[in-house]
Amino acid sequence: MRQSRNRGNSQPRWLFPFVVTVIFCLSVLPLGRLAATGIMSAFRGGAGELLSDPGLWRSVYDTLSTSFFGMIAAVVLGGGFALLLTLFDIRGKALLGFLFMLPTMIPPQVTALSWIGMTGPSSALLKAIGLAPPLGSPQPLYSIGGIALLYGVQNAALVYLSLRAGLLALPRDAVEAARLSGASSWQVLKDVILPLSLPGLAAGAAIAFVSCVGNFGIPAILGIPAGIYTLPTLIYSKFAAFGPGTFADVSVLSALIAILSIIGLTVEGRVLRGRDYRVIGLSGQVAVFRLGAWRWLAELMLWLTIFLILVMPLIALVASSLAPAYGVPLSPATVTVKAYEEILVRQAATRTAFANSLSLSLATAFGLLVVTVLTGYFLVRSRSRLTGLISALAEIPYALPGIVLAVAFILLFAAPIPVIGISIYGTIWIILIAYFSSFFAVSLKPVVSAFRQLDPSLEEAARLSGAGFARRLADILVPLVAPAAGASVILVFLIACNELTVSALLWSAGTQTLGVLIYNLDDSGSFNIAAALSVLVVVMVIAMMILLELMAKRLPKGVVPWRS
Amino acid sequence: MAKLILNRLSKTFDMAGRAAVNDISLTVREGGFLALLGPSGCGKTTVLRMIAGFEQPSDGSILLGERVLADAGEMVPPEHRNMAMVFQSYALWPHMSVAENVGYPLKVRGISGDKRDRKVRDALTAVHLETYADRRPADLSGGQRQRVALARCLVTEPDVVLLDEPLANLDRHLRQEMEETFREFHARSGATMIYVTHDQAEAMALATDVAVMSEGRLLQVATPEEIYARPEGRLVGGLVGQGAILSLSSPAGDRRILDWPAMQLVLADRAVGPGADILVRPQDVEIAAEGAAVTVLSVLFEGERYALRLALPDGQTLRAFSRHPVKVADRLAIVIRSAWRL
Repeated sequence: MRQSRNRGNSQPRWLFPFVVTVIFCLSVLPLGRLAATGIMSAFRGGAGELLSDPGLWRSVYDTLSTSFFGMIAAVVLGGGFALLLTLFDIRGKALLGFLFMLPTMIPPQVTALSWIGMTGPSSALLKAIGLAPPLGSPQPLYSIGGIALLYGVQNAALVYLSLRAGLLALPRDAVEAARLSGASSWQVLKDVILPLSLPGLAAGAAIAFVSCVGNFGIPAILGIPAGIYTLPTLIYSKFAAFGPGTFADVSVLSALIAILSIIGLTVEGRVLRGRDYRVIGLSGQVAVFRLGAWRWLAELMLWLTIFLILVMPLIALVASSLAPAYGVPLSPATVTVKAYEEILVRQAATRTAFANSLSLSLATAFGLLVVTVLTGYFLVRSRSRLTGLISALAEIPYALPGIVLAVAFILLFAAPIPVIGISIYGTIWIILIAYFSSFFAVSLKPVVSAFRQLDPSLEEAARLSGAGFARRLADILVPLVAPAAGASVILVFLIACNELTVSALLWSAGTQTLGVLIYNLDDSGSFNIAAALSVLVVVMVIAMMILLELMAKRLPKGVVPWRS
Repeated sequence: MAKLILNRLSKTFDMAGRAAVNDISLTVREGGFLALLGPSGCGKTTVLRMIAGFEQPSDGSILLGERVLADAGEMVPPEHRNMAMVFQSYALWPHMSVAENVGYPLKVRGISGDKRDRKVRDALTAVHLETYADRRPADLSGGQRQRVALARCLVTEPDVVLLDEPLANLDRHLRQEMEETFREFHARSGATMIYVTHDQAEAMALATDVAVMSEGRLLQVATPEEIYARPEGRLVGGLVGQGAILSLSSPAGDRRILDWPAMQLVLADRAVGPGADILVRPQDVEIAAEGAAVTVLSVLFEGERYALRLALPDGQTLRAFSRHPVKVADRLAIVIRSAWRL
């Protein structure tokens, strides 16, 4: 084998088996188990019954239509922002870009709650300014259109980032050559820039579509009250009404989601293939076009959009959290911080959820770091031909919707673990393992890019100094990748702390997470308490994003997802 | 310390590919300074990396005295070889100060306190950087960084010091200064040194022995004087020193050093043997009143003299020096005092 022939390499013998074991446990095992159950139930004919259920096809149709319109909304919003902020002389680009990224980082269930707080007859905000529709009129967001709109808001940043990366990668000389050929700004834009940036836009649209298909928080809050079930919420409801055929059903449903996601991801991979000319040392700065008299209008549009998709919903969220009860108008006389007192002081359930989410996210962030530093080192240093396969396997659990992964782990751990005979189903450990699997790629990416940037001779010099692997790791490698490792910890913590999709299926009494708690509070009608909790979550998200933004200068390119 | 022996060393990187290093045997005497010279891609860096232990030989072995460092089955990892290396990129750890960089090999060996401080100070003094102990590598110039890397080699008294194109990133002025530092370092430490370079002038100026490589094979090992005067084969002849290689019919017998009478026969095409490559150094070409007829192709003023390219009647070119200006297309007569059949 390759390994034994490369004894000159720097990796200790246990590293390769270690990495393979990690990948096997976090990726191959759960997904393999899911596939096995799906195939088995298909052969036993159980799938036939499910597949002939019109409810399923209704749900497939709803998933596709919400995701499609969500994708369109994301393309319009994200594409517009990317073009204006990247190509034109707009002022305050950095701030606009940062604010535009926020909706993506805010958990979907919080987005849904804040928009509910902004519209409909019970909106505390609308009531406060006297614009609320009459009681009894329907909440407009409880609809296919409402779900699609929020999908668009949530995922616009994905299109923005993808198109922006495409635009920044445009070779500057192509633009300059067109200019020298006598083309006007408008012609350059129309004939050169837009055609060349089309792959970036298409790829962004595909990722947004996949993200919509897997979204749970938005259709759970907006769809279930209106009887609209997307595939993820259908899985959730099947678990809620647990029966003998549940496992077979949900594995088939998960397979459907997985297939839709894989189609989307394949489209993304296709259109991005051959776009590697970005490595030919270009400056990452496209020619900036002057808007002239139109600049005011463009800036106004951008800020108005930010106001509509971010500021207003957040104000509504704060307003809802300060109202004494759902539907009571907010005025100086009725303002109360009772909801905050409730979650911070009184309710044991919120304290448990805080403790669970914080400890789960911290354990995931730091535990994964240990694993990803070793895996990242292996992926960058190894000459093994398996590295491509291993990094692909590490990516899959994060690329797949969280609901699919949650189902896979339920199937894997529903029975006690063989040999040791302990069951972790229903405990916090199953959530932890699912988090490890789900966020492995998030943690790995910054570490790998840091190792890539590291000159191998820095480690070789340490080897000749006599330092063994552990010593080199402690003295040389870890200090040098520390900034990226820090970013990796913050990113994983941020995402894990706000996560709902995985834990929605895996929680049980005593192990609810913040995401689950917000959803349950809203479900049980405690809208203002759910809103107050959401406000705290948003504050935490913004704080961490600012922290990452401040660290950005010391990090390798591409580590902070919203910086390009 | 002991001599370093490379015994039929080969390295192939992938199963089907051609050998990067092909059957090299070489002995570096204790305390010797060997330059591995060759064009880029000739496998010289791979040889160095095998000696350091970063690559395992596919075949053959490396010995330090009696001790087998590596063969195709087993190898001592670089951590346990007591070697040191100066890298082209310096490989200083950016998160450590100059003193910490230099002291790291001692720290790993468990040497601490006064003893370590003293050794670090001595090593920094040897490279004239004693006042820079607390600086970070980022605050130093290229030459200073290279000297820190050298001090890091000095500090543990290694058996073998490896240098991988250490001057490639420095400007010409600094190169001369660093060549001096390397010579000083070699004299002072008495370590066996192996120096990889593609610059023949650097190799000749520094080394006690020069090994010329091409396409994975070892072409010749000799002292700089020997390799300059008596290169083996067209590749070595073209690589070492200036000179023109003429394809002519070979002179009678197995003479290799050709004087003017012999050259006259060869040039007049009255020699008997099959074709041969003959190396003519420019300093051996003399412009005379009578001799072989040549035409001046180009003239370059170098300050102390003019460098000429001359064409023989059959079109082959020669190099020569002249103290007096000549014009392009002038017809001259030359005498070749000495030539070497490759």
